[in-house]
Amino acid sequence: MASRISIPNAIKGLPLPSWLGDLASVWLAPVLVLAALLVAPLLLSDFRVALLGKFLTFAILAMSLNLIWGYAGMLSLGHGVFFGLGGYAMAMFLKLESANGKLPDFMFWSGLTELPFFWAPFEYAWFAIPMTFIVPAAIAGGLGYLVFRSRITGVYFALITQALALIVSILFIGQQPYTGGTNGITNYTTIFGFAINSPATQVVLYYATLATLALTYLLCAWLIASRFGRLLVAMRDDENRVRFSGYNPAALKTIVFALSAGIAGIAGALFTPQVGIISPTMMGIVPSIEVAIWVAVGGRGVLLGAIVGAILVNGAKSGLSESFPAIWQYFLGLLFIGAVLVFPSGIMGLLRGEGWRRPEWFSTSHLPGFAARVLPGVKK
Amino acid sequence: MSVSYLPKSLGTFASNTLKLLAGLGLILAVACGSEAPPAPAPTSAAPAAAAVEPAPAAEDSGTIKVGILHSLSGTMSISETAVHDAELLAIEEINAAGGVMGKQLEVVIEDGASDWPTFAEKARKLLQEDEVAVVFGGWTSASRKAMLPVFEANNGLLFYPVQYEGLETSPNIFYTGATTNQQIVPAVEYLIEEGKTKFYLLGSDYVFPRTSNLIINKQLEAAGLEAVGEEYTPLGHTEYSTVISKIRAAEPDIVFNTLNGDSNVAFFKQLRDAGISAEDLPTISVSVAEEEITGIGADNITDHLVAWNYFQTTDTPENAKFVQAFQAKYGENRVTDDPIEAGYFGVYLWKAAVEKAVSTDVAAVKEAAKGITFAAPGGTVTIHNENQHVSKTVRIGKVRSDGQIDEIWNSGSPVSPDPYLDSYEWASGLRELAQ
Repeated sequence: MASRISIPNAIKGLPLPSWLGDLASVWLAPVLVLAALLVAPLLLSDFRVALLGKFLTFAILAMSLNLIWGYAGMLSLGHGVFFGLGGYAMAMFLKLESANGKLPDFMFWSGLTELPFFWAPFEYAWFAIPMTFIVPAAIAGGLGYLVFRSRITGVYFALITQALALIVSILFIGQQPYTGGTNGITNYTTIFGFAINSPATQVVLYYATLATLALTYLLCAWLIASRFGRLLVAMRDDENRVRFSGYNPAALKTIVFALSAGIAGIAGALFTPQVGIISPTMMGIVPSIEVAIWVAVGGRGVLLGAIVGAILVNGAKSGLSESFPAIWQYFLGLLFIGAVLVFPSGIMGLLRGEGWRRPEWFSTSHLPGFAARVLPGVKK
Repeated sequence: MSVSYLPKSLGTFASNTLKLLAGLGLILAVACGSEAPPAPAPTSAAPAAAAVEPAPAAEDSGTIKVGILHSLSGTMSISETAVHDAELLAIEEINAAGGVMGKQLEVVIEDGASDWPTFAEKARKLLQEDEVAVVFGGWTSASRKAMLPVFEANNGLLFYPVQYEGLETSPNIFYTGATTNQQIVPAVEYLIEEGKTKFYLLGSDYVFPRTSNLIINKQLEAAGLEAVGEEYTPLGHTEYSTVISKIRAAEPDIVFNTLNGDSNVAFFKQLRDAGISAEDLPTISVSVAEEEITGIGADNITDHLVAWNYFQTTDTPENAKFVQAFQAKYGENRVTDDPIEAGYFGVYLWKAAVEKAVSTDVAAVKEAAKGITFAAPGGTVTIHNENQHVSKTVRIGKVRSDGQIDEIWNSGSPVSPDPYLDSYEWASGLRELAQ
């Protein structure tokens, strides 16, 4: 249902089976994007492939935020934290593999003489890799339960997640012996025995990321089309009604928030080996807000929107900063202002002919209307 | 496929999707060929983007490509922009004087944006896409640590211009700033000789201050002394009244300050507001140079001590020329300082090594660099035969009320770099632990 457009009315009376139009409208765009991403490594240099691989991890992250913001109406300004936690879990694994039984370098600088107990199990992939999902999901689940049980919603929820981003990044900077502090964790040599910087490894990581992205897309599409997904949208539009219908919004929200955080963690785990470093700069307030910008630019409430937004915004960021190193941030600023003023429903909104600036652009009233188009049957 | 059979909205959708893909291609085109002007035709950009080849190798064009990678935006830009300026100045001077081996230097500038993963990305871009012969860049230890694996994996060359905590010798990095035995260790020795016995260690919470204090503690212990206090504050911390009370309670006779960045502004202002002068409680700083004094306000830090290898007031003919050239290019009110000077002479050291090697090949340049000397503004510098650091003169100075620094002590001759402190008995074991 992800990128479904209002076909049913439009195709009436046309010599085309409705399921075909349906199929095309739902899957045409994702399949085209997937095809483009599949062939990209054949056309691009090693460096660009690695860069695109990084953008794909951002796309997964953006999709995880889109799931809760676009569909369930919960704006998290702390998704950088979950991404970072996944990234750190992977980094611990890679660092221990590279340290070859010795103490990681930053622990020595900070005066540690032996490996902290909670580091030890990260030596094993079977422990570390699931942890990239479990740790962020558990933290989001715990926090979410407390927050949602108290019926904290909207901007207050956004503020709490933002505080989480601040707290966790300060904690990680302050605990240098255990986290590498400001430097973060870097200088890995191998991953599962393969040289981490070799172009072949990077291409494998690229396709692993692409596969994860595709699977996440399918998972989200399935979720949203399911009863669960309809409940999420219903909750976004009228939480009380859902509650009075006998559902428990706190539980639903906690589940989807934890799931979203876990997906963000997996994105982080894929980011670390491709970029070669994870540091607290990835989990602070600014990167967390940036994720929301990608989703907004791409089009929230449309699965593909998050992917397109993440790739376009980060592509523009890299491209502009290479071309205009001294003033690139002004261009980026203009792009964001443009996104808000000119196409408030994002790039995907533009593509669906929802047009440029709409009269009601200053209000958020386009959101329910949007939902009505995305999901027939939801009240306008 | 004929679009007319499709429903109207689907047709719109398909054509819009094509536009989106074209847009994606355009972004990639911008990202791939930054030299090429952005193509104005959106729909034809996608296939064109795919065909863009990597930039031709530097040798073909009769120029040598060099990279500069500093933070031009974000919190570190205030310090790093000046180093970037100095490196550009050196490159311009070299080009005006006929270039390197008769070839002009072509500069590729990238912005590290005060973000360590960005430093890694841009370093990779400079080495793999632009194929630069050398990169001048970095400031924080974090940015150097992020770039190190990239330079080692791609066999690149980095000239790193800032004093740092030592305990590192990457085969792909030349360290033109001081290591600990050229700044911190002699500063502590000087203070002990001056009769200071009660040291208070204050620093920002990251690798440089922590490692520095690890070393200072060992050094004090060897001298039969002990620090009376050790305190760390997060980077960017600006509330120092509690810390100042703690310092007062510990009654030190010197504060060894490894705070970095904005925190220094807050610390020295609040120290002065608390009525504590340099006479009551002297401090010595290792990350406060002329550029930072401008930000702190000279009034707030007058008569406090600093330890470096170079001051703007350093009296050499080379420095008179350097300061004059720097201010002529960037403005009369600009100051020079230690990292600015190290960034500047790093370019000249690389030039000398390339001309000796008659090649920009990394292995050849490294081999030729051994023992190369240059008459830098702060005195003669020499690249060490093994560890790729440079020997330089150590200087301790007192801040004047006009923001300049008066030298009150120097090491007399250049000090040979010893990043693992092998020549100090009290530091034995550091090398084993760090490697």
